[in-house]
Amino acid sequence: MGIRSTTPREKIVIETAASSARYWHELKEFRELIYFLSWRDILVRYKQTVIGILWAVMRPLLLMIVLTVVFGGLAKLSKQETMPYPLLVLTGLLPWQFFATTLADSVENVVKNQSLISKLYFPRLIIPMSASIVTFLDFVISLGLLSLAMLYYQFIPGVRCLLLPFFILQLFLFSFGLSLWISALTVKYRDFRYLVPFAVQFGLYITPVGFSSSIVPEKWRLIYGLNPMVGIIDGFRWSILDAPLLYWPTFCISLLITVVVFFTGLSFFRNSERNFADII
Amino acid sequence: MTIHVENISKRFYIHHEHAPLYNTLRETLTNGVRSFFFKMRGKSPIHLHPPLEEFWALKNISFDVDPGDRVAIIGRNGAGKSTLLKILSRISPPTTGRAVIEGKVASLLEVGTGFHPELTGRENIFLNGAFLGMSKQEIKKKFDEIVEFADIEMFLDTPVKRYSSGMYVRLAFGVAAHLEPEILFIDEVLAVGDARFQKKCIGKMEEVSRHGRTILFITHNMGALSFCNKGILLEKGQHIPTQSLQECIQKYNEEILTNSQQRWQGDVGNEHLRIHSLSISPHEKTGIFCRGGQAKIEAVFKIERPIRDLVLGYLIFNKNGVNLVQYKASHEEQIPMIFDPGTYKMESLIDVSIFSEGFFRLELDMGIYDQKRITPPDVHVMFEVINNKKKFGEPENIIFPEWHSSIQKIH
Repeated sequence: MGIRSTTPREKIVIETAASSARYWHELKEFRELIYFLSWRDILVRYKQTVIGILWAVMRPLLLMIVLTVVFGGLAKLSKQETMPYPLLVLTGLLPWQFFATTLADSVENVVKNQSLISKLYFPRLIIPMSASIVTFLDFVISLGLLSLAMLYYQFIPGVRCLLLPFFILQLFLFSFGLSLWISALTVKYRDFRYLVPFAVQFGLYITPVGFSSSIVPEKWRLIYGLNPMVGIIDGFRWSILDAPLLYWPTFCISLLITVVVFFTGLSFFRNSERNFADII
Repeated sequence: MTIHVENISKRFYIHHEHAPLYNTLRETLTNGVRSFFFKMRGKSPIHLHPPLEEFWALKNISFDVDPGDRVAIIGRNGAGKSTLLKILSRISPPTTGRAVIEGKVASLLEVGTGFHPELTGRENIFLNGAFLGMSKQEIKKKFDEIVEFADIEMFLDTPVKRYSSGMYVRLAFGVAAHLEPEILFIDEVLAVGDARFQKKCIGKMEEVSRHGRTILFITHNMGALSFCNKGILLEKGQHIPTQSLQECIQKYNEEILTNSQQRWQGDVGNEHLRIHSLSISPHEKTGIFCRGGQAKIEAVFKIERPIRDLVLGYLIFNKNGVNLVQYKASHEEQIPMIFDPGTYKMESLIDVSIFSEGFFRLELDMGIYDQKRITPPDVHVMFEVINNKKKFGEPENIIFPEWHSSIQKIH
């Protein structure tokens, strides 16, 4: 930085209402802080753990085993499936874990970064952004685990898997949009600290993570599809496992909700963030 | 003009009654539902909401700062000094008004914001630098200087949670001191650290100001004002207009004088320690503080949670805000290492003979050793020393001990 006499002087105007055009410009200026925050969170997370980065693999692996045993083995759901049951579980677990961690972190981040918010200026969007980068890294590691599992079962994905990035993007936008809503609400209402973990736990049972959504009776499909994660997980299975297209309205509903949640989340967060320091 | 502030005001709402610290969803929902039913029945729901009281932390503040100005913001606790810096730093928006700032800004409102206890000194330098607006390149360039300033070469790769509080503060200030913005906002962060380090920090600030940068800073320490050229005096959220820094300091001291007496009572402090009262009275029954006599000081405080390394002491200032006396109770007074919860009274005696005639201000100075001061400066009492045997031309408001000298011709 230094004193750059050659560049035009920066001019900051402080007013009662925020100017939006400048905000995006600033977000770009502060981009280094996004990397720093992600770097801090990754560093801190693995500093005190013995097996370090292995945790990112252990969590989905252990959950996969448990869900395979419970749903595939005990509930005998695996008999209806043609594909290896662990792969079915893993393709549901990956997006679900990303979604659940993003939500849980968005609540924790508000509390964890209180002193930053009340003592420093930076576009507040940086906090949820850097958090989702960290979660996304875990997701990428889990994708590696999935590839290994597919190798083990000698399962070759078809051309549809080229569409997987589309579903990953949708997953990212939906989770991020919802985390913006929750972050902004947690600043104001601390109840969300307790509400969110409960809702996430609850969600695991109404989302086809440990089972395929094909077990849901046809007449309930539309209502079941109102949960946007159903469309996303079905999409993952459709593109990776060549699973049959079950019910196309589910995808449309899911996409529509994703777009709405993302944009309303962004605008809600932007409108609330100016007052974060006063109410946090 | 570097900074132009126009009619800035800031309003807060104070919750009363048993209002919780944070809004809870339940409260909002139940109030919403209840007021809905009250409206249905045609009753006014107003009394259902916890009474809110408006509080203007700042009211119509306007001032201008020119490039290279070193501005001291002074005022008593709660005068709105920190709120003003928060608004200028864009952390909190003004309720009304407008400000224009030209130049690159850095603000330092708290020492060590963003330090992470699990990370090493080296990692924290980069992290903290990034928070204060430095780029990775700049931090790399300044890295050695920062380490040298903080004097922590040996512990660079130790997590900062294992640092002593002194090392922690030195490192934090070291990063901040090597910022190179055009405009610097500093809240009262110099109140930490030992005297030698404070001097080093003030030296650094002087050096920074010589390079033509603009500095706005908050302080209660009138000794730190030596390099300022302007003052902004705030009183209960209002800007008291003054012509010069001298007038500003004088008015501040007058305000403190008129607002105090020989006894202070209240409840301030933090979650560990609450200060309940401070009083000073003549030890003799004469009722006046006169040279030759003693003054008795009593401080009553309550320990809420066990506290370690508590420092108990007093500071005495004269009317011009110059610190004349510092006292810290030492181990000879058998101060316990750890204070258990309970209410304590500390009694001290001081010889009045050391003062000349005049007005003096005694502040309670309690804090954690080498770390932070807990008592705000407005926990203070005033006393007037009277000299019955005053000779013409004797000075006022200074330390004026009795001397015993003899002169002999030795050659």
